[in-house]
Amino acid sequence: MAAPATLFDKIWSSHAILVRPDGATLLHIDRHFIHDGSGNAFRMLKEKGLAVRRPDRTFATPDHYVSTLGHDLASINEPHRRGVVEELEANAKAAGLTLFGLSDRRQGIVHVVGPEQGLSQPGMIMVCGDSHTATHGALGALAFGIGASEVGHVLATQTLWQRKPKNMRIVIDGMLADGVHAKDVILAIIARIGTAGGVGHVIEYAGSTIRAMGIEGRLTICNMSIEAGARAGMVAPDDTTFAYLHGRPYAPKRADWDAALAHWGSLPSDADAQFDREMHLDATEIAPMVTWGTSPEAAAPITERVPDPATAPDAARRDSIERALAYMDLRPGTPLTEIAIDRVFIGSCTNSRIEDLRAAAKVLDGRRVVVPAMAVPGSGLVKAQAEAEGLDAIFKRAGFEWRESGCSMCVGMNGDLVAPGERCASTSNRNFVGRQGKGARTHLMSPAMAAAAAIAGKLTDVRQFATRP
Amino acid sequence: MEPFLRLDAAAVPISAPNIDTDQIIPARFLWRKRRDGFGHLLFHDLRFNDGGAPKPDFVLNREVYRDARIVVADRNFGCGSSREHAVWALYDYGIRAVVAPSFGDIFFNNSFQSGLLPAVLRAERVAALRALLEQSPGSHVAIDLEAQTVTGPDGAIDRFEIEPFRKECLLAGTDDISFTLGHRQRIAEFESAYEAKLRWL
Repeated sequence: MAAPATLFDKIWSSHAILVRPDGATLLHIDRHFIHDGSGNAFRMLKEKGLAVRRPDRTFATPDHYVSTLGHDLASINEPHRRGVVEELEANAKAAGLTLFGLSDRRQGIVHVVGPEQGLSQPGMIMVCGDSHTATHGALGALAFGIGASEVGHVLATQTLWQRKPKNMRIVIDGMLADGVHAKDVILAIIARIGTAGGVGHVIEYAGSTIRAMGIEGRLTICNMSIEAGARAGMVAPDDTTFAYLHGRPYAPKRADWDAALAHWGSLPSDADAQFDREMHLDATEIAPMVTWGTSPEAAAPITERVPDPATAPDAARRDSIERALAYMDLRPGTPLTEIAIDRVFIGSCTNSRIEDLRAAAKVLDGRRVVVPAMAVPGSGLVKAQAEAEGLDAIFKRAGFEWRESGCSMCVGMNGDLVAPGERCASTSNRNFVGRQGKGARTHLMSPAMAAAAAIAGKLTDVRQFATRP
Repeated sequence: MEPFLRLDAAAVPISAPNIDTDQIIPARFLWRKRRDGFGHLLFHDLRFNDGGAPKPDFVLNREVYRDARIVVADRNFGCGSSREHAVWALYDYGIRAVVAPSFGDIFFNNSFQSGLLPAVLRAERVAALRALLEQSPGSHVAIDLEAQTVTGPDGAIDRFEIEPFRKECLLAGTDDISFTLGHRQRIAEFESAYEAKLRWL
């Protein structure tokens, strides 16, 4: 009998083509997603005179540079941005890749499109030149971000050299309180273990909270594994996974479905599998979270105050809090609920799916925002679904701008920027210095919390809104 | 990329943890082509004010560090996005090695692909190196990749670990694609067996 193995071990060993004497493993890649930041990788390939080895395993969609004002090339009015989107489309056509382009409603943020199309499946190894590729691990896949040279390597060989990371399991048990969402869970985890807490590890999220969670919540949690420093995050496939995948365009059909199901059922970690690290979290203790600093680990329950550097455990920590508070223009001891905001962004590969939009709309219904706010659905299909449910009308009546799909203000590469000095309540994944624009101040939170902030004009506890009609 | 053998050069201390790739190179410059170079954009918003003039208080702008080719950083250097531009910006600027207690995973992998050596030393030693460099700005650190050693301005020698294959690639100034292509046959055999078993893929 085989030794007990984790979900990650099983996927790793089934994809190992060969092992180098120094221990690095050549892995087969099942799916490679590319976006409009892949121009340099294609040029590298051309310079070496190499072709794309497996066009059938490579899927392209533009997301970082697309306009959210119109779903077409003409709406991108800066030549350098339009240029990279055109380049992606040309590269995809030349190599015979499947392209979800701007003339296609299936276009969207690559980490929204993959699961939505049923391209992301249990047991796969998936890569993309984007650090948030860990998102797809929610379906029981091993998915991680790579750099441009590695994108070139995968295009040319459909393989990648990797050293095997370690296994870490985070077990979350209990029921989440009303107003507490997947985003709060992952922010609570990162606040606990730090942005380097998962370095060198692949995290498996487990426990009753995760089992009870839908796929979209799991996608949000796995998405921010990189903010905990981990190479990837994953959730064992279960009936929720299978129900989510069934009938999606690229999911297996008929006899293939039954064969796939049998395979997927064998993937979850064995009961006696060993993890190098393990951590437990009580879901009932998690409150709605917001960040106050310039790193995702600078997160706290909304009921708390801005920390005082004077009480930091050491000098390095004190310096880092002082620098963060100076950039964020915050005073120690200020209640988080007294932080006034200038703008709200609901979107990004972390929180732009239909359940995110529903959660925000539930808070916004019948209310008005007091600051500029925009909602950016994660794909053309999410947008269409939201419109079919009338969510767009709720957003617009509340005073939100209702935009076209793309990465948008999470990273601002398409020109959707937070102005210098402005403070933004954002459902994205990074609050780094200058992330949403030069001098921009970012507070990360869930879609429900961002909606509540838009109404109150300040960071606020969404649970105050939950009981009202 | 140039082969990396031995380097004896001025080292610049960057004394903050979690220097993310957005700080190493802001997202608004990523659309540019590799061949056009990214060195002038390294640490752009830390290095230049709104008018484009160098900020005198940023360490890299001090005259004494003009020829620096090594960065001595703090923990989790290069965390954040997968942009290889962060490595290209350092490399094009002239930096050939970063010494730190730990690195962001993807940045660490990207470094080897583009000829930048990320050397991990104990946190206490890296902090001591930064302190030495701050006391005597412009002093040299020597790195010998063959011997896997970092020699500080105090003459103390520390050994760092590196995977043998990655070491060879850096020493030769090559990436790993041609090596992998040498295994075409194995890759093809794996694919047929794998796809016969998981036929829905």
